Amino acid sequence: MASNTLYSPRDPALKKRDDFEDILEERRSSSDLRYALRCYVPVVYKGIAPCKPGVLKTAVLQSDRLRHVVAEMSKETGESADVIREEASGILEEMAHRLRLGTVRFFAYSLSKAFKALFQRVRVNEDGIQRLQQSIQEHPVVLLPSHRSYMDFLIMSYILYTYDLSLPVIAAGMDFLGMKIVGEMLRMSGAFFIRRSFGGDKLYWAVFSEYVKTMLRNGYAPIEFFLEGTRSRTCKSLTPKLGLLNIVMEPFFKGEVFDVSLVPISISYERVLEEALYARELLGVPKPKESTSGLLKARKILSEDYGSIHVYFGHPVSLRSLAQGRINRSQYNLLPRHIPRRPSQETQAFVNETAYRLVRLQEENMVLRPWVLVAALLLQNPDGVDMERLVEQTSWLRGLAVSFGAFLDWPDYVSASKAVASSLALHTGLVRTEGGRAQLAMEPKEPGSPEEDLFDRAASVLSCASYRNQILHVFLRPALLGMAMQMAEASRKDDIYSCFSFLRDVFSNEFILCPGGTVQDFDEACYMLTKCAAVHVQKQEVVATEKGQRILSFLTSLFQPFLKGYQVGPAPFLELVDYPRELTCYEALSSDVQKNALAALLRMKVVRKLKV
Amino acid sequence: MKFVCYSHVCVVWVLWFPPKLQSHACVPLMYAEAMVLTAIRGELVVIPVEWSWLTLSRVLFSRQEVMKWNGWGYSDSRFLFNKKGQAEFTGRRYRLSGMVLPSLKDWFESTFGASLQHKSPATATLNASAVPFPSLNEAFLQDLKSTGIPFSHEAEDRVFRAHGHCLHEIFALREGKFGRVPDLVVWPNCHEDVVKTVDLACRHNVCLIPYGGGTSVSSALECPPDETRCIVSLDTSQMSRILWIDEKNLTAHVEAGIVGQDLERLLNESGYCTGHEPDSMEFSSLGGWVATRASGMKKNVYGNIEDLVVHIKMVCPRGVVEKSCQGPRVSIGPDIHHFIMGSEGTLGVVTEVTIKIRPMPEYQKYGSVVFPNFEQGVACLREVAKQRCAPASIRLMDNAQFQFGHALKPQVSSIFTSFLDGLKKFYITKFKGFDPHHLCVATLLFEGDRERVLQHEKQVYDIAAKFGGLAAGEDNGQRGYMLTFVIAYLRDLGMDYYVIGESFETSVPWDRVLDLCRNVKERIVRECRERGVQFPPLATCRVTQTYDAGACVYFYFAFNYRGLADPVNIYGRVEHAAREEILANGGSLSHHHGVGKLRKHWMPESISDVGIGMLKSVKEYVDPDNIFGSRNLL
Repeated sequence: MASNTLYSPRDPALKKRDDFEDILEERRSSSDLRYALRCYVPVVYKGIAPCKPGVLKTAVLQSDRLRHVVAEMSKETGESADVIREEASGILEEMAHRLRLGTVRFFAYSLSKAFKALFQRVRVNEDGIQRLQQSIQEHPVVLLPSHRSYMDFLIMSYILYTYDLSLPVIAAGMDFLGMKIVGEMLRMSGAFFIRRSFGGDKLYWAVFSEYVKTMLRNGYAPIEFFLEGTRSRTCKSLTPKLGLLNIVMEPFFKGEVFDVSLVPISISYERVLEEALYARELLGVPKPKESTSGLLKARKILSEDYGSIHVYFGHPVSLRSLAQGRINRSQYNLLPRHIPRRPSQETQAFVNETAYRLVRLQEENMVLRPWVLVAALLLQNPDGVDMERLVEQTSWLRGLAVSFGAFLDWPDYVSASKAVASSLALHTGLVRTEGGRAQLAMEPKEPGSPEEDLFDRAASVLSCASYRNQILHVFLRPALLGMAMQMAEASRKDDIYSCFSFLRDVFSNEFILCPGGTVQDFDEACYMLTKCAAVHVQKQEVVATEKGQRILSFLTSLFQPFLKGYQVGPAPFLELVDYPRELTCYEALSSDVQKNALAALLRMKVVRKLKV
Repeated sequence: MKFVCYSHVCVVWVLWFPPKLQSHACVPLMYAEAMVLTAIRGELVVIPVEWSWLTLSRVLFSRQEVMKWNGWGYSDSRFLFNKKGQAEFTGRRYRLSGMVLPSLKDWFESTFGASLQHKSPATATLNASAVPFPSLNEAFLQDLKSTGIPFSHEAEDRVFRAHGHCLHEIFALREGKFGRVPDLVVWPNCHEDVVKTVDLACRHNVCLIPYGGGTSVSSALECPPDETRCIVSLDTSQMSRILWIDEKNLTAHVEAGIVGQDLERLLNESGYCTGHEPDSMEFSSLGGWVATRASGMKKNVYGNIEDLVVHIKMVCPRGVVEKSCQGPRVSIGPDIHHFIMGSEGTLGVVTEVTIKIRPMPEYQKYGSVVFPNFEQGVACLREVAKQRCAPASIRLMDNAQFQFGHALKPQVSSIFTSFLDGLKKFYITKFKGFDPHHLCVATLLFEGDRERVLQHEKQVYDIAAKFGGLAAGEDNGQRGYMLTFVIAYLRDLGMDYYVIGESFETSVPWDRVLDLCRNVKERIVRECRERGVQFPPLATCRVTQTYDAGACVYFYFAFNYRGLADPVNIYGRVEHAAREEILANGGSLSHHHGVGKLRKHWMPESISDVGIGMLKSVKEYVDPDNIFGSRNLL
């Protein structure tokens, strides 16, 4: 292993983060109606006048790119160009947003009411808002929030409206259009709708990408989409999807804009609205279809307390700086720019790497509540743990997490016992505290069939795991190193590295591990474990220290469920593995783990897909 | 004092001063005057008027007597801020000469954050003792003496030919710093002299650098610092005769050392012109144009240099290269002219050129059009190019450059004119609603017979109107063109007050013009900020030429360098970044300035490795010992 990169890890604990302000505070003390009707004059990109949706549509339909594709398709299919153009116009009609201030005001009013009922606080880093405001004026902006809940984009637009920033246009799944009225209202508040899959449809792709690019090039409004593509049911970040990122980068590659600011945004929920639904979905209950009546039924959640939301606007990342030395833009010189072509391999690699980088930036700025630590510890002790011990362990874990750079929302004046107690109080549905012991609530309230019991138990483990998952990114690299050290059964650095590399490869569908970053991740892991004196890294060897045993064993058992899940999960597909009759690891039942494990096996060519 | 007689078309007396005397030698005051007074050692010598400046230059061997040694152009012409703090242009050579420019100071101070209190004057005189001692090849020198070709190794002569007009070159001169300079200057008088000189250079392994007008902006004249051989600057200025004019075929055979303004004036006397007018035409030479693939402002009518030359004679170490006929177009393999044009002094010396001539145009008319913004202006130029109805010259200045041009308006003589100006301004900004911070101006020059010009003018104005353009008068047009002639003088003024700047150019397909202009300007601003420049830079551009498939874009870039330790280095890095931006946006490495040493870093990516190999193999055959060792291009 040659670590000849110039990468020098920075101490993650020294990361500086901004302070938060609660935006609901003002809402609780002044009129929502006046707020919704106030004068709204956002700053805009280079003083450009926002474009009417109709003008935008015409611009897209008359673009060189679309004209080219239409002409080509007409030649291929023999269909007349007018018919195809008509079709393109139809696609655009279905897709395009119709942002209207009136609807925005309606949402501003009703969301104010809803948020106040649901959440204690909606906290935003105002420094981030300031930076965003600056960026919007200088370059086209792409907003990239994390995706944990349907609330995400409502929250985003709400915040931008509150701070008098241009409202974003948001890429949303077509499923929302299934909701009567609501879908159209979302459209009028800036959402545009794209089909979930349109692989081979050239015309659709052309209309869609040209639509996004036209908005970006002219800088009419920030463009918002979710890198992860869909809501993460597990609260772990998902492997980023590259389609839209490719599209928003292209205008820069082709010199049509000077730069594009990519703004990673981390939205963390103390309790996700869809918490219970997600666990059921992971166990195979299909996702309820988006419908207006479903939404109305879901209004009972308004009576529950979902704690606070933290929204952290990260530093805008300049695409130009990222691409410096990576992308040779003159590769686009020899082809008219409106003719679509596949991005080169170096471009694809760059987009992929950037996507990972942005998701990691989202992860880094996710605010973690003390409960996340408690959940991690409880899951490691399925038989329950003494309160006293739990407090001690939580306090220890807090120190470790902070030194690894976790963004903990745990002020110094709150003692560990207080933090643990209030965490347990908010999540009574998941934890049982009896006789000075805390335990996951595994026993079904009313006994049913064995299958139902199993289902309930698994559901509560998965719910709890979704909290633990929020902190995994902090421990991921050191834990992989810990596991590798266990696996290698020797202290030679090369052996450990190859085990590390193997594990990393196995888990790269599960966690955010950028392809090609093995050396850097290994260095980072070594650095972090050396810093907390858990290991001793020499030139040729990596040795665990006396003190490090506790840390290493915590780390390995933290990721044990995944290791188990990968052994067990795809068992039905693998005859070689003995399927354990006695199932102890509920997390292996998660469809997410199974899906990822299968994908990993496919990728590593352990199994092969056969069409049946 | 030596008198030599030449038998020639026009017979002239040539004076040969020993080099020592040159510094006190004659200073022609005004070549266009009825009489030219020349002082030699305190004696007054009256020279008849037929002795134009051209003939005097042949007398003098060098133009350095009338030109600045550390700045642009004629010694008598310069901008300065007078005691009242008003800008003034001295001398009597230009339309602007002797005029007061009341708004220049405000523009200068507000654009650059400069102040008249903060001066950064140049070293006044050339300190000959600071110039490196010449390392001479004695054997070569001996043989050279026997040929009778004049030469000099005086410090002034060598320093004058050691540089072009890149910012770093002029900046160093102003600070009195000299790097590697030629060891010897020779003045061959004709093709045969050049053959002899090149022959001797080959025999004694001497490095030759041809020197024409010295207006290079690509570091092409810079001596390679690690060149250990004796470097000889081959000054072509004595080869400046028109050898013949062929009125049947409309060609003229001219020695390559002639400078643009002389060529035009002499041809004009016979009722002809070449129409080749690069902005440097006052000083740049025919041979230089050929060697760098020059472009003239009126190329729409007359063509660029490659369209103008019919025949070229070049002396190379391997021998003399030329074609055997003057057929207007030939299909005899790759055109050898295209090895010569753009060779930038790396293959040989161009000695004689047959160039197309045209009857002088009967009528000339300037014009200008105001557009609400740059985008509309570019769209209009594109349409004009599409309809192939471009006037002799059409240029589009961006807003910053329009304001720059405005700052050069001379003091108006009457209240009436100033009232008219105010009225025009009111009409455009208030009545027509043009934003003064976005509007831009196209300047036009029409040429031909009167009726055609007027017709042409109408056609162009009609197109302009479709893009929101308003005709804005001849005066604005003419002032626009004047800017290009005085801009280099303005740079010297800036350098007196901590402002450094330069121009650079590119050519780019039509669809990328706007993107390129915007991105390059923004890149300049951003790079300056990141490199610690304390004041916002001036980054402005204009579209100067239109072609069927694209346009030539010309940038000015300048900034106030107060507070910077190494301004020239920072300047260079920003310019480098700007060039990278140009290439990334589909622009070319150069439209007409050439590559020299300044831009050769990008040659492989511009023409591919195989392309480089092709050029190298030509160089290897033509000049195996690298006698023409300027190391430009490759």
